[in-house]
Amino acid sequence: MEENKRTCLFDKHQALGALISPFGGFDMPIQYEGIVEEHNAVRNACGVFDVSHMGEVTIVGPDADKYVNHIFTNDAAGATAGKCLYGMMLNENGGVVDDLIVYKRGDNDYLLVINASNIDKDLNWIFGHAEGYNVKINNLSDVMGELAIQGPEAENVMKDVLGVDCSDLTFYEFKETIYDGEPAIISRTGYTGEDGFEMYASHDVIRSVWDSLIGSGKVAPCGLGCRDTLRFEVGLPLYGDELTDEISPIEAGLGIFVKLEKPEFIGKEATVKIKEEGAKRKIVGLELTDRAIPRHGYAVLNENDEKVGEVTTGYHAISVDKSIAMALIDAKYAALDTPLKVQIRKKTFPAVVVKKKFYKKSYKK
Amino acid sequence: MSKFYYAPTHEYVKVDGNIGYIGITDYAQHQLGNVVYVDMPEEGDELTAGEEFGAIESVKAASDLFAPVSGTVVEVNSQLEDEPGLINKDAMNNWIAKIELSDLSELDNLLDEAAYKTHCENEH
Repeated sequence: MEENKRTCLFDKHQALGALISPFGGFDMPIQYEGIVEEHNAVRNACGVFDVSHMGEVTIVGPDADKYVNHIFTNDAAGATAGKCLYGMMLNENGGVVDDLIVYKRGDNDYLLVINASNIDKDLNWIFGHAEGYNVKINNLSDVMGELAIQGPEAENVMKDVLGVDCSDLTFYEFKETIYDGEPAIISRTGYTGEDGFEMYASHDVIRSVWDSLIGSGKVAPCGLGCRDTLRFEVGLPLYGDELTDEISPIEAGLGIFVKLEKPEFIGKEATVKIKEEGAKRKIVGLELTDRAIPRHGYAVLNENDEKVGEVTTGYHAISVDKSIAMALIDAKYAALDTPLKVQIRKKTFPAVVVKKKFYKKSYKK
Repeated sequence: MSKFYYAPTHEYVKVDGNIGYIGITDYAQHQLGNVVYVDMPEEGDELTAGEEFGAIESVKAASDLFAPVSGTVVEVNSQLEDEPGLINKDAMNNWIAKIELSDLSELDNLLDEAAYKTHCENEH
């Protein structure tokens, strides 16, 4: 078996006694003190995540506006510099190659932040579709680190601990700055439903920032365990769960990030067709009355015990204290309040379709 | 006098005569983290040594529970339905199922405290 990669902070996670598990080809910290404690730190104060496993790819050159808009569903070419855009790369069938954030650094100048588990697939895709476009594609994944500083106290932490005033950034904006004498990118983005920032820089800078944050006593080290519970409660998708090569953003309820008014992009025709015909499947929220926990892959049944879909993510959620799930089900059953069941081991448990934003986001817009 | 026996899969059975109290060990609760749900057997269920009889769920994942010995469930710890976190507070006293053992000789296949401790150390 191939060895997992390690981020530039691996030794620091070990020193903090983190539980380490494989994720997306990396050995990553899942938890330090505990998922619940870390989850609550982010909801109530501030936590920092090592997300250096994420991939970073730059696309520059005379055709970069045109090319990024060709492979990306959102309108990057139409955005102003300093904006982040969430969206997807689609395959010809309208399924999702990956979901990503595009940083528009200037005209024909982009940074793409992609999922760790998809780095190789995405690079093949991005290089593979560039023929005829005058662009230069650079994979910075192995030299760039990333931290996510998240929670209602994040803005104060950035200022008081790191000396970086981020009050000028609104949600999904970024700036390029110098930190410790080196270039750094800081955006008001995240994956927790709370206010917060993501910072990209060299491994040296990331290590120094991590030490400052942890040393301040104001920021809890947070693992991927609570990153998943946090993003799930606010209905954010995870590639591999709610999004795959076989799932359309329309089915996932992410149609607003697919700009069908753009003249062309890969997957547009298929998406138009899915939209016109109506999605046959939909990602919905489910709420159970019992404490039993619906997990990824468990069957969702209708009242006649016929299988109508599968759970994509489920937890006994921490901030809402309920057993809830996101599930990909037959669109016939997707209306709010539809009674369904979830098969959990040998038993079935009643569930009802609810909105998949189980917990209210607190972004600073 | 009751005595604890341990399975390599981290369940214990506290035996008092032919009555056994099955739970998960302190080591196991620590590995799992916050316990949020226990899928318990029902009174009258027949458990078979080594076979799955329920599950215990942490925030992150579900883990099967395996019966350390065979027997009939005479009571389940219904307190765990509303307060699964009791297992994190005191795993060795918050048993999951009380059973009537059907074959006391099965206890010979289990580990004593010292052997279990060594087993846990070797898992690291």
